Amino acid sequence: MSKNNPQKGRWGAVGMLWLREIVRFYRQPARVAAAILSPFLFWFLIGSGVGRSFSASGESYLNYFFPGSILLVILFAAVFSTISIIEDRREGFLQAVMASPVSRASIPLGKILGSATLAFLQSGLFILLAWVTGIRFSGVNPFEIAAAVALASLLFSTLGFLMAWQFRSVQGFHAMMNMLLMPMWFLSGALFPAEGASVWIQFLMAINPLYYGHQFLSAAFGNTAADASGSALIMSVSVLVLWILAALQVAKKRGMDS
Amino acid sequence: MIEVKNLEFSYGKRKVLNGVSLKIPDGAVFGMLGPNGSGKTTLFRILSTLLAPEKGSATWLGHDLFSEASAVRETLGIVFQYPSLDAQLTVEENLKCQGALYGLRGADLTGRIEARLKKLGVWDRRKDKVKNLSGGLKRRVELAKALLHDPQVLLLDEPSTGLDPRARAEFWDFLSELNRDKKMTMLVTTHLMEEAEKCSQLVILDEGRIIAEGSPAALKSDLSPGFISIETSDAAEIGAEIASHFGVRAEKTGRGLRVEHAEPQKVMTEIMARFSGRVESVAFHKASLEDVFLKKTGRSFESAEEGKHVKK
Repeated sequence: MSKNNPQKGRWGAVGMLWLREIVRFYRQPARVAAAILSPFLFWFLIGSGVGRSFSASGESYLNYFFPGSILLVILFAAVFSTISIIEDRREGFLQAVMASPVSRASIPLGKILGSATLAFLQSGLFILLAWVTGIRFSGVNPFEIAAAVALASLLFSTLGFLMAWQFRSVQGFHAMMNMLLMPMWFLSGALFPAEGASVWIQFLMAINPLYYGHQFLSAAFGNTAADASGSALIMSVSVLVLWILAALQVAKKRGMDS
Repeated sequence: MIEVKNLEFSYGKRKVLNGVSLKIPDGAVFGMLGPNGSGKTTLFRILSTLLAPEKGSATWLGHDLFSEASAVRETLGIVFQYPSLDAQLTVEENLKCQGALYGLRGADLTGRIEARLKKLGVWDRRKDKVKNLSGGLKRRVELAKALLHDPQVLLLDEPSTGLDPRARAEFWDFLSELNRDKKMTMLVTTHLMEEAEKCSQLVILDEGRIIAEGSPAALKSDLSPGFISIETSDAAEIGAEIASHFGVRAEKTGRGLRVEHAEPQKVMTEIMARFSGRVESVAFHKASLEDVFLKKTGRSFESAEEGKHVKK
């Protein structure tokens, strides 16, 4: 009998799952390129197009749309790295992880932290690119930006994990992405502010955790009307609740199977 | 000792396991043979602690398989049908990941990795990404990975699938050696007769039930010494004639008929003389596990495989 100690190895397992996510990413250059360029294009095309058409207020739409674009980078990054769970669990790496004595809670933790780190780094790069191309904001708080991006990365990664765990096929995940993640993004304030929207839209925005992500992020970019600390708190609680759900789901043995 | 009692499992209305019981002594090479859709993949998933049955109990080396899954997992190494390797990582990185899952680290871990990879002849490929390895090599790395924590029981899901005959033989050489030298218990699911023949004990599964069990030799000894297989496109008519003329039943197989008779040599010459123009070939073959399946279910193993397009 070997002297294995899985309890001692728990943090080792979380670290391993995290590192694996990072290594996998940089070994797939196409993923890196796609993750950075598509939101950049999106931001530029929508931002300048809509901006030309509706530039009523003093603020340019390109600037208004910037925090929303960052959220989109995060969404794409998180979806990309969590969607692999579907295949991985049925015929890949996660089979062995699930059959190992490692604690069930550490499996979503390692995977989500890895995915969130990638999302965080990708949005950092996106912000840097924007800065290089001459985007400027007044009243920027870099620490708040980092915190807001980190929380939004955790939120999307945890949601992505939860969704991927439900589905046996990538198609199901895509459907859910279109029905849940994209609407969440539309209603986060990324495209239009809550003020002036109809009451039911305002209600949907208020129960959308991502709305607070957008609030936090735009506050960090100098929007004085947005509430930073309250939004940060709501985001943190949402992430925690979703992670607990993810851990419970992983521990469940009867739910899904081939 | 691993003892499983009355496992039941259904997907929706379809019952895939219907009262399966197994008794596996330590050191056995225990085969679970069945066509696709027989329930063996579900059985594999239950034994691998990834799925809980609806009914039934199981003790695993003194632990309860379901309530003490963590203790069971310590003793269990698994070779998955689709290797649980990360294709983007190198061979060595994959084994390091496995080490992290079992709390192995430092010099102990690197020593184990070196020993396993050398043993399985993949040490010189340790820096290669798994995606660049052949199927046979991947299966060997998968085995090295499963053996990293010195399991007492090795569970293998269709270990020969996707391997060419040479790689199959090599892989089974490794398994036999482990079973002989380390007294490691092996549980193998398979749909290949050739693989089932290599087991010391066997259960044959069909439609969620065990229809036969014993050593391959014992299972076959219940049958006649041999069979006559007739390849023909005119199976129905010839079968009826054989039944009326020789008084034996000719069973339909994938390509023709199979006749069981106490004196096969004698009957064979008569069949050849009588049906010479209407058959492609007439051959004698010793009783095989396929004949056991046919005898117990009334269907050929081949048709059972084709009849169900159930995704594994």
